[in-house]
Amino acid sequence: MASTTVNPTRMELTRLKKKLVTAKRGHKLLKDKRDELMRRFLELVKENMELRKKVENGLEEANRNFVLAKAVMREETLNTALLAPLQSLSVDVKSENVMSVEIPRFEYKTRAPGENDIYSYGFAFTSSDLDFAVKSLSDIFPDMLKLAEIEKSCQLMAAEIEKTRRRVNALEHVMIPETESNIKYITMKLDENERSTQVRLMKVKDMMIKEQIEAKRAAE
Amino acid sequence: MSFMYKGVAVVGDRDSIYGFGSIGLSIFPVADAEEGAKTFRQLCKGEYAVIYITEALAAEIEDEIEKTAEAMYPAVILIPGVYGNTGRGLAEVRKSVEKAVGSDILFSGKD
Repeated sequence: MASTTVNPTRMELTRLKKKLVTAKRGHKLLKDKRDELMRRFLELVKENMELRKKVENGLEEANRNFVLAKAVMREETLNTALLAPLQSLSVDVKSENVMSVEIPRFEYKTRAPGENDIYSYGFAFTSSDLDFAVKSLSDIFPDMLKLAEIEKSCQLMAAEIEKTRRRVNALEHVMIPETESNIKYITMKLDENERSTQVRLMKVKDMMIKEQIEAKRAAE
Repeated sequence: MSFMYKGVAVVGDRDSIYGFGSIGLSIFPVADAEEGAKTFRQLCKGEYAVIYITEALAAEIEDEIEKTAEAMYPAVILIPGVYGNTGRGLAEVRKSVEKAVGSDILFSGKD
């Protein structure tokens, strides 16, 4: 599949050979990257699965508690109770580099230090169901944040793996074969040129010898 | 980029998310998909590292969520709402496996 645009010159040949070496090296590196990313990804995604199931179960539980709380309390009371949250939470965002993929790391910090600061209401007018509900939500939150971290990492890694795989395939199935066939084409063309030059020289030599012999005969 | 504090937001229908306020998250109750999309776009612009969104709302503003896939922040995470688990969250995980591996190797055979 030698493309017509390639020049059959020695310079081009050297250039293509260098390109082939680079392409092969790049291919090997990218392949390694893909394999390692894949290994990490599979580990992470398993964790992701388990954590998600856990979080979903936890949230379901919490939701059930909230529904219960809502059932026994008046809506206004409930709204008032949760109107001004005591706790405020911020997340410290760091990033980690895994095989050139930047993945996030979250660490949360609460403004109010106490364990009971999640209850933003007096206990007199609210049902204990609300306490349970809030507590169950607070318990599941560390897992939720971990889930956010892992799931985002999985998404980013999946995208990177897809990209890397495409590159590996492009090198393996397009770049490398094309360069190889171009090299072959040039080598053959050059060899052909050389042979034709040689043949021409031999012909010229024959002619010259013939001429000399004839000249000698004429002289005798 | 190493030291930043950001918030955590929760978007969805009011009944599903009001409890999160008590543990210190910022809650953004929305009534319908249109309002949800608007709020979500707003949230994506800054401040928030993680946005939890109910599966029900996520189903309606899929395009908006798709846009956040490339960037590191915000991490958009689906959570089941009060009206039940639609299995969409797990489907998202499955989708990223399919994207990376080319086929669904983890979940076939299971559940």
